[in-house]
Amino acid sequence: MQIVVDLNRCQSYAQCVFLAPQVFELHGEEALMFRPSVPDDQHERVRRAEAACPVQAILVGEPAGLGAS
Amino acid sequence: MIGEGRIVVVGASLAGLRAAETLREQGFAGSLTLVGEEPHPPYDRPPLSKQVLLGRVRAQDVALPSRSAVDARWKLGVRAGGVDPIEKRVILADGEQLAYDRLLIATGTRARPWPNADEARLDGVLTLRTNDDAARLAERLDAGPRRVLVIGAGFIGSEIASACRELGLDVTVAERGPSPLVGALGGTLGTFAGKLQRAHGVDLRCGVTVTALKGRNGRLTGAEFSDGGRIDADVAVVALGAVRNTEWLDGSGLAAGPRGVACDAGCRAFDMYGIVTDDVFVAGDVARFPHPLFEYQMLSLEHWGNAVAQAEVAAHNMISPGPRRRPHLTVPAFWSSQFGLNIKSVGVPTFSDQVVIAQGSLREGRFVAVYGYRGRVTAAVSVNRAKWLEHYQYLIETAAPFPPAPGAADRPGSFDPVPSDVPSPQLLSHGPTVALTGHLPDRHLTLVRHELSPTAAHCR
Repeated sequence: MQIVVDLNRCQSYAQCVFLAPQVFELHGEEALMFRPSVPDDQHERVRRAEAACPVQAILVGEPAGLGAS
Repeated sequence: MIGEGRIVVVGASLAGLRAAETLREQGFAGSLTLVGEEPHPPYDRPPLSKQVLLGRVRAQDVALPSRSAVDARWKLGVRAGGVDPIEKRVILADGEQLAYDRLLIATGTRARPWPNADEARLDGVLTLRTNDDAARLAERLDAGPRRVLVIGAGFIGSEIASACRELGLDVTVAERGPSPLVGALGGTLGTFAGKLQRAHGVDLRCGVTVTALKGRNGRLTGAEFSDGGRIDADVAVVALGAVRNTEWLDGSGLAAGPRGVACDAGCRAFDMYGIVTDDVFVAGDVARFPHPLFEYQMLSLEHWGNAVAQAEVAAHNMISPGPRRRPHLTVPAFWSSQFGLNIKSVGVPTFSDQVVIAQGSLREGRFVAVYGYRGRVTAAVSVNRAKWLEHYQYLIETAAPFPPAPGAADRPGSFDPVPSDVPSPQLLSHGPTVALTGHLPDRHLTLVRHELSPTAAHCR
């Protein structure tokens, strides 16, 4: 599972930080940092964070170009 | 051409990927080929100067998630060498030729190299653009160099300096301009950024250039500055902005050059005569396009959000008949995080003559700066006040008068607009991340004196 956050859209509501603190963290007061490659045991938490984001800034998917030659 | 035919996308990063996804999402069922110079599938670049340098994320772990499954042929690790617009073929460096009915150019930019090739080859001299670059730099920083030199104080340079300080490393930043970020944000925020860097222990040297990188036995040992200063350093990161990847289009007849590939508001490329093509499209960092909110200036945006939005418009227009094509009108936006602050921008701050702190204050380090040009709002930049920015985006979109009415939330001490002091990019070490590539007659007019020709003399 890979994620990317549209940080233009992000307004630092930090719902993701509460729901998946091992993947999302605030750096300083409101700069969001995330781990693009989600560990297996965090998938469910990241799904919840994706759903809870008030501005729907989190994109969850499989790595792009999987199987690319 | 609606659902069939052959589409070739040159450039397999964010813009190329989102375009390919959009093509399939909107029903394109023909053959689709993506060509990428880097051997890696599409990955996200913003973390490379932040999480990756801090050692929290590995450089190889920044792959982009796909938005939808893309049935496509990927040619990765191969650069495009040219395009034949008559025969409609892309010629690859490995000799393969890819025939197309529609071509999307999304080749982006690369890091501007250190101009002295011998010095650039010294072990310890790096740039930061790709994930391989980031892996090398992260490894160097992790090894605990005695001092890092960052050349250029644009966003990338400033973010690298921020990471160095957070890692406890000594760092010198050299910038030819008067302050960091001044090329993108103007004088008021540039001064703020300079104080910020010094408060975090950066040895910031503005108004100087690096005249020499010194080495011994092939390894970097230090640098000399134009003011006579010198430092010892084990690592130097060249952060002199970006170069647009357009050389492969030389001889194609397209309007491609150092400022990018010119296209119309619908992402269709212009040829060298200014005639719009109907089968070649452009998106992302390599594009320069007219924007109605900024007096139809040709903009080149090195922005993550622009790559996504423009790719979506380009893809839609590639497979849509004329009347159903859409313009790319997205308001430019970007973000940066450095020294613990979240900096976000909407509009084009360099398209301005004045700036005012509309909410918060520089002293607190929490504010919104609003930029105006000839009495209307053209941009806003927030520092640790991201939630306030949407309001100003609306003011930009509606060409609201500048200065804006004071916000109800809090009144700053002074509400007097000051000149925005956007310098000419020629005076800076860092490249502008937004380039106004057209011209503003009142700001850039240069008087050129010619000998009077007989005709001119006659007219006089």
